[in-house]
Amino acid sequence: MSTATAAATADTHHDVHDTNTGISNTKLAMWLFLATECLLFGGLISTYLLYKTRGNGAVLPTDVFDIPFTSASSFVLLMSSLTMVLALSAVGRGEMDRGKAWLLVTSMLGGIFIGGQVYEFTSFYREGLGYTTNPASSAFYTLTGFHGVHVSLGIVMLMSLFVAVVQGKLTSKNAETVEIVGLYWHFVDIVWIFIFTVIYLIPAE
Amino acid sequence: MAIIEQPLALGGGAAVAERPLGVMTRPQGGNGWRDWLSSVDHKKIGIMYGVAAMFFFLVGGIEALLIRTQLAFPEQGLLSAQVYNQIYTMHGVTMVFLFIMPLAAAFANYLIPLQIGARDVAFPRLNALSFWIWISGAVFVNSSWIVGGGGADCGWFCYSPNSGVTFSPTHGVDFYALGLLIAGIASLVSAINLIVTVLNMRAPGMSLFRMPVMTWMLLVTQFLLAFALPVITVALFLLLFDRLFDSQFFDPQAGADPLLWQHLFWIFGHPEVYIIILPSFGVVSEVIPTFSRKPIFGYSFMVFSAIAIGFMGWGVWAHHMFVSGIGPISVAAFSMSTMFIAVPTGVKILNWLATMWGGKLRFTTAMLFAVATVAMFTIGGLSGVTHSLAPADTQQTDTYYIVAHFHYVIFGGGVLGLMGGAYFWWPKIFGYMLNERRGKIHFWVMLIGFNLTFGPMHVLGLQGMSRRIDTYSAGYGFEFWNLVSTIGSFTIAVAVAWFLYNVFKSRREAVDLPPPGPDPWDARSLEWSIPSPTPEHNFDEIPTIQSVDDWWYRKYSVDDDHQVTAIATIEEVAQKGDAVGVHLPAPSFWPLVVAVGLPLIGYGLIFNLWLCVVGGMLTAGALFAWALEPVDDPDAAHGHDDSHSDDHDGNDNNGEA
Repeated sequence: MSTATAAATADTHHDVHDTNTGISNTKLAMWLFLATECLLFGGLISTYLLYKTRGNGAVLPTDVFDIPFTSASSFVLLMSSLTMVLALSAVGRGEMDRGKAWLLVTSMLGGIFIGGQVYEFTSFYREGLGYTTNPASSAFYTLTGFHGVHVSLGIVMLMSLFVAVVQGKLTSKNAETVEIVGLYWHFVDIVWIFIFTVIYLIPAE
Repeated sequence: MAIIEQPLALGGGAAVAERPLGVMTRPQGGNGWRDWLSSVDHKKIGIMYGVAAMFFFLVGGIEALLIRTQLAFPEQGLLSAQVYNQIYTMHGVTMVFLFIMPLAAAFANYLIPLQIGARDVAFPRLNALSFWIWISGAVFVNSSWIVGGGGADCGWFCYSPNSGVTFSPTHGVDFYALGLLIAGIASLVSAINLIVTVLNMRAPGMSLFRMPVMTWMLLVTQFLLAFALPVITVALFLLLFDRLFDSQFFDPQAGADPLLWQHLFWIFGHPEVYIIILPSFGVVSEVIPTFSRKPIFGYSFMVFSAIAIGFMGWGVWAHHMFVSGIGPISVAAFSMSTMFIAVPTGVKILNWLATMWGGKLRFTTAMLFAVATVAMFTIGGLSGVTHSLAPADTQQTDTYYIVAHFHYVIFGGGVLGLMGGAYFWWPKIFGYMLNERRGKIHFWVMLIGFNLTFGPMHVLGLQGMSRRIDTYSAGYGFEFWNLVSTIGSFTIAVAVAWFLYNVFKSRREAVDLPPPGPDPWDARSLEWSIPSPTPEHNFDEIPTIQSVDDWWYRKYSVDDDHQVTAIATIEEVAQKGDAVGVHLPAPSFWPLVVAVGLPLIGYGLIFNLWLCVVGGMLTAGALFAWALEPVDDPDAAHGHDDSHSDDHDGNDNNGEA
C-alpha cells in the first residue's frame, strides 16, 4: 500500500487517463456546454429567419448590410482562430513568451471584431434600424448581440489566461486550459460563419 | 463557467499553498450551518435540494388548495379573477420548476455518484453552485408576490401576447422570465456536471450497460435538460426584451408571430415532460426488482426505450398546438409522432409488469408507490394517446380533461414515484427507516386523494368545463364533480401532512430501534453496499464491478434454473465505512456568493439598473475568486493515515472544480 500523502498529491494532478472516456472532466464539460450552445444559437437564428422580412413598413436589416465591411471583420475573427491555435501550440511546447504573445493577439483580433460590431450597430442605427423598429431588427440585434457577448466573454477568458501566464501561474502543464478556452473560441467563430452566411450573404426573398 | 474555474487548477502541492491575490483559503469541513452553506458534498447538496423542494411543494400545494377552494362551489368570490390567474400560474411554475425538478435533482445528486461507485460528482463546486443558483431563482420568482405587484398571471406556459406588457402590466411576468432564466442556469450547470460524472467517473468494470436503470434514466434526463434549457432560455430572453426594452418579438400588431413563443416554449416543454417523468421511472425500475427479488426484465430494452423517449421527445412538441392553426400536414405529422412515442413507454410498463411476474413480491410502502406509479401513469398515458388524435384533441383543448391528463402523468407518474423513492432510500440517506405502517396509510390516503382530485376532472373536461376560469355558473352539471375534486385535494393535503408527521415521528422512534444497516431492503445496486447513512467519503474502497446488479451477486448466486442461493450475508460483504485519510474536495463559499449576485441583477433589470452593477460585480468577482481559490486546501479532509490508498482507483478527479 502506498501512502496517503502520495495519493493526495496524485489527486491534484488530474491525470487525463483517470477518466472512463479518456477525456478530462473539464474538457468534456466544455464540449457538452458547446453542444447546448448550438441549441441557443439555433433558437436565435431560427427567430431571425422567421422575422427577417417582417419590417412593419420600416427599414430591414438586409437593406442596411455593408457586406464588404462585415466580410473584413469576419476575416479578422477567423484569423483569431488561427492565432488561438498558435497560442495553444506555443504553450504546449513551453514557449510561454510566444504563447503569451499569441494569446494577446487573439484577444486583440476579437476586440477588433467587437469594435467592428459596435461601429456596424451604430451606423445601422443612424440609417434607421433601431432595436425596436420591427421584428426583423429586434431579431437581428438580439442574435448578433448574443454572439458579440459570447466573443466578449471569450476575450475576458483569453485575457485571464494572458495574466495567468504573465504571473507564471499557467505553464505548459496546464496547456489543456488553453485548449479548452480555445474550444470555446473556435465554437464562437464557427457560429459566426453560420450567422454571416445565413444572415448576411443569403439575400432576403 | 467551466473555463473560468480551471486556470489556477495547478498541479502539485507547493503551488497551491501560496494564496494568489490574497483570496481566502478553502473553508474547512465542520458542523453547523457554515458546513451546509459551503458544502460541496453531493449528499448534502442532494438533501438540501430535497428539503427545499418539499418546502416549495407546500407552497405550490397551498396554491392548489386555494384554486380548489375557489372552485368547490359555483360563483364563489374567494379569489378575484386577477388573483386566480396569478395563483394557478404560480401553482404550475412552483410545482414544475421548484418542486418536482429539484426533487428529481435531489435524487440525481445523491444517487448518481453512489450508483456508479464515485466519491463525488465531477465538479463539486459547480454542484453547489447549481443548488444555490436554483434556490436564488426560486426565491426570486416568489418574491414577486411581495415586490412585483403579484405573481405572473399568464399560465406556466405564458403564451404571448398575454404575457406582454399590455395584458400583464404588473412585474409578475418579468419575475417569471428572470427567475426561470436564473433557475435554468442552475439546471444547465447541473446537467453538464452530472453527464460528465456518469461518463467519466464510473468505478472500474462499471460499463455503461452495467449501470443501474435509475442512473440511466437520470442520465437521459440530464441530456434532455442540457438540450431543452437553451431553447427556453431563448424564449425567455425574447419575452424579457419585449417587456423591458420594447423589442418586437411577440407583438402581432408589429407583424410578429405569437406562435414563435409557442414553438420555442413547447420545444422545451415537451422534453420537460420527460425530464419530470424519467427520474420517477428510474425509481420504479429500482424498487420493483428489489421487492420482486428478480432482476429487471429486459434491462437493455429498458435503457434503449429511455433513450428512444429521449430522442422522440423532441419530435412531438406541436401536439400542444393542434388548435393554433399550424396546418394539416404539421398536425398529421405530430399526431403520428405522438402515437409512436407511446411505444417505448409501453415497453417500460410491460417490463415492469414482467419483472413482477413470478417474483416474490413484498408490498412495502416503496413498492406500493411504485406499483401505483405504473398504474396511474398508464391512465395518464392512455389519456395522452387520446390527445394524439387531433380531432379529439381539438374538442379537449383547454378543458379540464387536459388538466386531468397531465396531473395523472406528473403527479401520478412523477410525484408518486419519487415519493416511493423517498421511502426506499430514506434509510440510506438519513440512517433510519420511515415507519412502514404509517407509510402505508400515507400511501392509501394519497392515492385515494389523488384519484378523487384528478379523476373527476376527466368528466368535467368532457362536459366542457374550461381550464383557467376562476369560477363557473350553476346549472351546467359541474357542481358535483368539482366538489369531489376539492374534497380530493384536501385529502392529498392530509396525506402530505401525514408524511411529514411520519418523518418526524419515525425519527424520534428510531432512537429505540436497531439501525437499518447498510442494506435493509436486500437491494441490488451499489449504494446498498455501504453503511447507512452514507459516510462522507462514500466508499472505503471503490468496488470493481462484474455485472449488472453487482451488489446482488455478491450476496447471492443464481443457478441455471434461476434458483437463488445466498452465498454471503450483507454484513460480510458490505463496506464498513471506517476508511480514514480519504481525499475529499474542500468546501467553498464562492458558489453561494455567485448565486447571491444573480437575483440582484434580476431586480436591477426590473427596478434600477444600478443594482445590476452591484449584482454583476458580485457575480463576476466571485467567479474570479472561485477560479483563484486554491484547488484544494492541502490540510483539508484528508489525514495522513497510511491504511488506505483507494483514492487511486480511477475516480480521484474529485478535487477538481
